[in-house]
Amino acid sequence: MSDTSSSLPQQRQHSTIRAGIAKRHARERRFRAYGIAAICAALTAVAILFGMILYKGVPAFWQANVELEIFFDPEIIKVPERPQPQPGQSPAELEKQQLAWERQVTMVNWNRVIKAAIRKAAPDVEIDTKQALSIIETNGRYELRDMFVNDPGLLGQTVTVNLLASANADNWLKGNIDRNLPDAQQQLSAPARALADRLLEEGTIRFAFAWHLFTNVDSRSAPASAGLAGAFMGSLYMMLVVIVLAVPLGVGSAIYLEEFAPKNRFTDFIEVNINNLAAVPSIVFGLLGAAVFINFFHLPLSAPIVGGLVLTLMTLPTIIIATRSALRAVPPSLRQAALGLGASKTQTVFHHVLPVTYPGVLTATIIGVAQALGETAPLLLIGMNAFVAAVPGTPFEQSTALPVQIFLWQGNENRNFFEARTSAAIIVLLALMLALNAIAIYLRTRLERRK
Amino acid sequence: MMNALREDLTQMNMVVRQLAVDTDLYTLPSTTIRTPDLEPQPVKIKARNVNVFYGEKQAIHDVSIDIPEKAVTAFIGPSGCGKSTFLRCFNRMNDTIEGSRVDGLIELDGRSIIDRSLDVVELRARVGMVFQKPNPFPKSIYENIAYGPRIHGLVRSKADLDEIVERSLRKAGLFDEVKDRLHDTATGLSGGQQQRLCIARAIAVSPEVILMDEPCSALDPIATARVEELIDELRENYTIIIVTHSMQQAARVSQRTAMFHLGNLVEEGPTEKIFTSPEVKRTQDYITGRFG
Repeated sequence: MSDTSSSLPQQRQHSTIRAGIAKRHARERRFRAYGIAAICAALTAVAILFGMILYKGVPAFWQANVELEIFFDPEIIKVPERPQPQPGQSPAELEKQQLAWERQVTMVNWNRVIKAAIRKAAPDVEIDTKQALSIIETNGRYELRDMFVNDPGLLGQTVTVNLLASANADNWLKGNIDRNLPDAQQQLSAPARALADRLLEEGTIRFAFAWHLFTNVDSRSAPASAGLAGAFMGSLYMMLVVIVLAVPLGVGSAIYLEEFAPKNRFTDFIEVNINNLAAVPSIVFGLLGAAVFINFFHLPLSAPIVGGLVLTLMTLPTIIIATRSALRAVPPSLRQAALGLGASKTQTVFHHVLPVTYPGVLTATIIGVAQALGETAPLLLIGMNAFVAAVPGTPFEQSTALPVQIFLWQGNENRNFFEARTSAAIIVLLALMLALNAIAIYLRTRLERRK
Repeated sequence: MMNALREDLTQMNMVVRQLAVDTDLYTLPSTTIRTPDLEPQPVKIKARNVNVFYGEKQAIHDVSIDIPEKAVTAFIGPSGCGKSTFLRCFNRMNDTIEGSRVDGLIELDGRSIIDRSLDVVELRARVGMVFQKPNPFPKSIYENIAYGPRIHGLVRSKADLDEIVERSLRKAGLFDEVKDRLHDTATGLSGGQQQRLCIARAIAVSPEVILMDEPCSALDPIATARVEELIDELRENYTIIIVTHSMQQAARVSQRTAMFHLGNLVEEGPTEKIFTSPEVKRTQDYITGRFG
């Protein structure tokens, strides 16, 4: 009797629960579907982004080269013998004489040498000198000069030389420029275009991997020969400065604040300000760098050292915050174990707590450095957007940086739209970031395995 | 003149306070403790009128107790009664808690350990500790044991260290189980092995006292039995204080028992007496499971 009376409400309860179950499962399925949809959308966006960049940028890694039989014609190259060391001559004097000789070599009309070679490659084409030379990049004559300076014995000999085709010829041959455009809108004259097409057909012009993209510096007069070496070194120096300064400073401050500092108003104030610093727009850091490092400390303008210092300031809060949270995540039992054995506070932190946080600190560092590597805005304010046609030998020399180089090329319609050099530079930057991340992941898994 | 007088007064005050402590306002004997089945033991740790505060909150009220040398003293009592807090006074682990304050007198071999002039590093080398949850360092078994002797500069050579590691592991009854994998990571051991490793780690620095804060609460019955056996063996050479939730454990391993409740020491005496004929009703109630 009592059984039935008590089972009735229970049965009702069961049916209520059962009715709800379907709803609950549906909700779960919906949520899962949303999640999958979100991830798919993100992946598609990434795929499109990378696809576009690769599609546009990869062809820029191959550039047209013209293989010419260069005859070092004594008729054109009329220079005296290279000065040799004379007995009783001071080295300074010899150097002076050699410089004078090199200047004479520079004055040689190398364009005529090139023109003669083009004529030899395509004897039956009627074309004037200017038009013929317009398919060769303007740095060609300096290459010939350098060859001759290094080996004056070339005089009177014929050598096969690969010269870069000019940017305009390269664009024409790659089909980057609409072939149906009227003459007035073409960069190259009709005979020059015909010459380029013919040389490509004959195999004199070939597409080769553009190694100079990595070894040359930026160039305005010879756009096809422009490279990233200067920007790459600039970025590398800045990253070195950031790693050398931001990591010890950031990790040190985090350890002090988290493990040693007394908890009072002052440390609270510092903590709030560190969090605020992380939210300051990067361009403000650039302004600060210009005011403090350049105006006050008189560090050189456009130098990677200043860029590195500015980026260090920017990266510090990231590293401090991440390191602190990594330290906070270390179980107190580990600290107690060390303290209970009689380890001092410092020993506890450095022998036991810190090693456990290495993976976290490393991730924070890499994220911070990668962020710094891609940062452009603050660098513009300290003059790193200057045109620098040299590889910096030290962090104190003028230089530009990879993202700034991208920014500069982006403003140049020839490089951006036709040569796709901007996309190529973006690929290099992304590759560098991926390499950094790969190193971070490798180190982290190694450190975690050792635990 | 005034200053000199004030100084004198302060000194007098101190003498009087010391006297009050020394003349034993309590019925506890001050030099030796008699426990049935046990030789009279000299007092290793003497605590008088100990109060512990966490900020405003008082966790320990006026506790006085003598801990005998080379015997096991158990602290029992319901959760939150302050037994762990009191235990942590003996190696000043309470120092690590923000806002904690200890006053009163605690002496180890006649020397005050509350006194800030005593280096806490030295104290903890003499008073080791084993915690509730096994907490080996995430390093090799060998490194776990070697760490203490190394930081205290107790070893000259690698051979010395090897010997200490082996001896400590043997004393903890762990050597045969781990001798082939001394350089494997310690976190791969079972819970019971980890706890015995922690005990080995504590004895590697040759402490005089070992504090154990519920050392078996995270272990299964078999591992618990092994640790209890070990505690019984260690008693020969070490003064052991163990905090435990388990009455049976207190009865099994300890010679003396102190019962805490709400931050007060309710009763203290030979274990047998506490468990068979306690003087205070609260102890009786707790032991028989009426509260706790």
